[in-house]
Amino acid sequence: MMGSWTTPGKLRAKGIVGMNRRNIRYIGRYNNRRLYPLVDDKLKTKLLAHEYGITTPDLIGTVTTQFGVKHVTQLVDGLPGFVIKPAKGSGGKGILVIERVEDDVYIKPSGARLNRDDLERHVSNILSGLYSLGGAADVAMIETLITFDETFAEYTYEGVPDIRVIIFKGYPVMAMMRLSTAASDGKANLHQGAVGVGIDIATGTAIRGVQFDRPRTDHPDTGHELASLRIPDWETLLTLAAGCYEMTGLGYLGTDMVLDRQHGPMLLELNARPGLAIQMANGEGLRRRLDLIERQPDGVDVARRIAFSQKHFARKGELQQATDTAIA
Amino acid sequence: MARLPFYIIVGVLLVAGIALSVHRHVQFEVPWTPGEQRQVWEIESLITFSAQGNPVVVDMALPSHQRGFRILTENTASSGYGLSFLEDERGRRAQWSIRQASGSQQLYYSAQLLETPPGSRQQQSQPPPLPRDIVWERPFDTAASQVIERAYQRSADPFTFTRELVRDFTGNRQGENIRLLLTQFDRTPLLVRLLNEAGVQAREVSGLLLEDGRRRQSLTSWLQVFNQQGEWVLFDPRTGEQGRPENLLLWEDRGQAVLEVQGGVNSNVTFSMIQHNQPAAAAVRNQLADDTLLNFSIHSLPLEEQALFQTILLIPIGALVVVFLRVLVGIKTSGTFMPVLIALAFIQTSLATGLIGFLLVVSVGLVIRSYLSHLNLLLVARVSAVIITVIAIISIFSVLSYRFGLNAGLTITFFPMIILAWTIERMSILWEEEGPKQVIIQGGGSLLTAVLAYLAMNNPWVRHITFNFLGVQMILMACILLLGNYTGYRLLELRRFKPVTEDS
Repeated sequence: MMGSWTTPGKLRAKGIVGMNRRNIRYIGRYNNRRLYPLVDDKLKTKLLAHEYGITTPDLIGTVTTQFGVKHVTQLVDGLPGFVIKPAKGSGGKGILVIERVEDDVYIKPSGARLNRDDLERHVSNILSGLYSLGGAADVAMIETLITFDETFAEYTYEGVPDIRVIIFKGYPVMAMMRLSTAASDGKANLHQGAVGVGIDIATGTAIRGVQFDRPRTDHPDTGHELASLRIPDWETLLTLAAGCYEMTGLGYLGTDMVLDRQHGPMLLELNARPGLAIQMANGEGLRRRLDLIERQPDGVDVARRIAFSQKHFARKGELQQATDTAIA
Repeated sequence: MARLPFYIIVGVLLVAGIALSVHRHVQFEVPWTPGEQRQVWEIESLITFSAQGNPVVVDMALPSHQRGFRILTENTASSGYGLSFLEDERGRRAQWSIRQASGSQQLYYSAQLLETPPGSRQQQSQPPPLPRDIVWERPFDTAASQVIERAYQRSADPFTFTRELVRDFTGNRQGENIRLLLTQFDRTPLLVRLLNEAGVQAREVSGLLLEDGRRRQSLTSWLQVFNQQGEWVLFDPRTGEQGRPENLLLWEDRGQAVLEVQGGVNSNVTFSMIQHNQPAAAAVRNQLADDTLLNFSIHSLPLEEQALFQTILLIPIGALVVVFLRVLVGIKTSGTFMPVLIALAFIQTSLATGLIGFLLVVSVGLVIRSYLSHLNLLLVARVSAVIITVIAIISIFSVLSYRFGLNAGLTITFFPMIILAWTIERMSILWEEEGPKQVIIQGGGSLLTAVLAYLAMNNPWVRHITFNFLGVQMILMACILLLGNYTGYRLLELRRFKPVTEDS
């Protein structure tokens, strides 16, 4: 029993940030509550991102009234695939991904088949606030399906892998890629069983993988090793992510990015209360990096912030070391 | 640092809370534990006299709060008499009056007194003014001055003077001067007179020696002697013994007559007393409500509201348990304070019945809710439907348990139904989205929290403290504020982040 517990001293030595510290020291201090609606409402985020030239998946349409529910199928008519999500959903709740449409049958990545009624019920649930915080009335957004980069096909099961970058005062602090698995039902949520891969801020290459908080070197479903994972267009992705600081004004921010085959890195959504699992994926605590950034002056431009992070937060992946020694 | 005002607030709350609690403990003898036994004296005084067919006014001195005793309740029985309680420079007095009365009359006054630990602090008392001229007739003046002179030589201050004076009155040492004086005066008034003559402020007071089960007792007179600093000491005029016996209740302490009857003759007052033990909490409840700001107490409310507050004042305890478990331990619950409400229901139902009832209602509710989700309803309508379902389940269980003779099952109605409905709704969504494992984790976390909150709130000591010491609410507030400022790790995080510390 003692084996599964550690001591506060060891965690502190690793620089692990706990939930209470995150809430008080970072979210409480750097995230003005007035700004929350900008990230809690994905529709607002999307419009704002458009204004700031940050690419996001195309918006097909929105459903705002129960009356409009009947027109959902018209909105998505002729599209090969699409995503329906609640504007104020949290934690990936209520996101419905339709990969293919065959004769009025809507097929999820898992192969589950939905008919028109199912689709309408889902939209109706979104509008009545089932997935929103506190059950407030909500809006359903319909977006284009992201055709993710082929290079990741081997690293994911069903879902779209996304990249979470923590941005603190505009500096990229830590990044991880979330790979969906059979266990996570195609969702990229770590606590549901997705694989988290820590990404080196300097190079965009994999550092370390975890599933259910335990180290992992390959993808559980595809069996592909994780060490060779390398995110193309890494600098662009960091630039987009870091730009979200100016866009929202939130000091401690989780940006969820995806890589589209045609459009490259895109902002999927923002999170004003990003989780702490990223520390597990990186095998390192956030504390030292956050402390270092807190000592930096304000008003530095995006390019210099990224350069700073790449210089100070560079890491050589454990996965590569493992393969290096295997080759030698 | 910007946190300074925060710590000041917490400090002020803590100090005020502790001070208020200690004040209530010291000033009103509210005990810290509910089991403490306190001795309560029931004293009944019977006033008898013969009325002569004229208006009658009976005026009797009443005891007041004093060192060692605290008056809990007082009652009177006096058919046909008007009664008023007076409080003036003559002290607390009761006045009975009637337009016309004849024959033998009986008036009763009874009081419950709480025996309290004798504090070190002496009660303040205004010394009586010295009478201007004390006139002694011949030959008493010479006798008096000789007695005074003799005691004066052998004493140093008012107290030793009194002791020497009384000693001269007792036993074989009674000299002829004193024997002469005693032919003219009663002993105690004579002593007061002599003391006053010598410039010592003193008066005669009346006290009742409490002995369990005694009847037809009368008051005894005592000498209250003041020194220049206004401190006073009691002397037994019969023996010269200094100090107040533990079991002496001062009935009249202003040097006034104990009983005055106008319109009656042969008046007399006798006392009977009985002692019994009473749980301290009950004794506190019987205290007369003195409405001062510092005595701001729930006990001044009508009994029904008191019972309500007994529960309301427990809620902060439940909240503290929730804050503790979430911030320091890291337990997940479904709905932040839902466990507190469930715990409140457990208090009504008892733990085992409550747990079984809760699990029954929620599991049956989940089954029905899973059918409702197929009906494609709007959220508000669906939750409303769940509420009605919960009511139906509760009704059925109540009726069934009653039929089977399980009266405990009837208490299931104490569960907050709307909260149950929302719990079912949340659990159901959780089940659909994250699977049964999360339902077990969050549901189990909520139940564990509810059980712990219940155990804390149902603890007799906690109930006693929260109900009797409102200052405790401030202390709880300060604790919760402090917990809200805690940036350290949660207990369960030591497990969660364990893998990170393992390698390299």
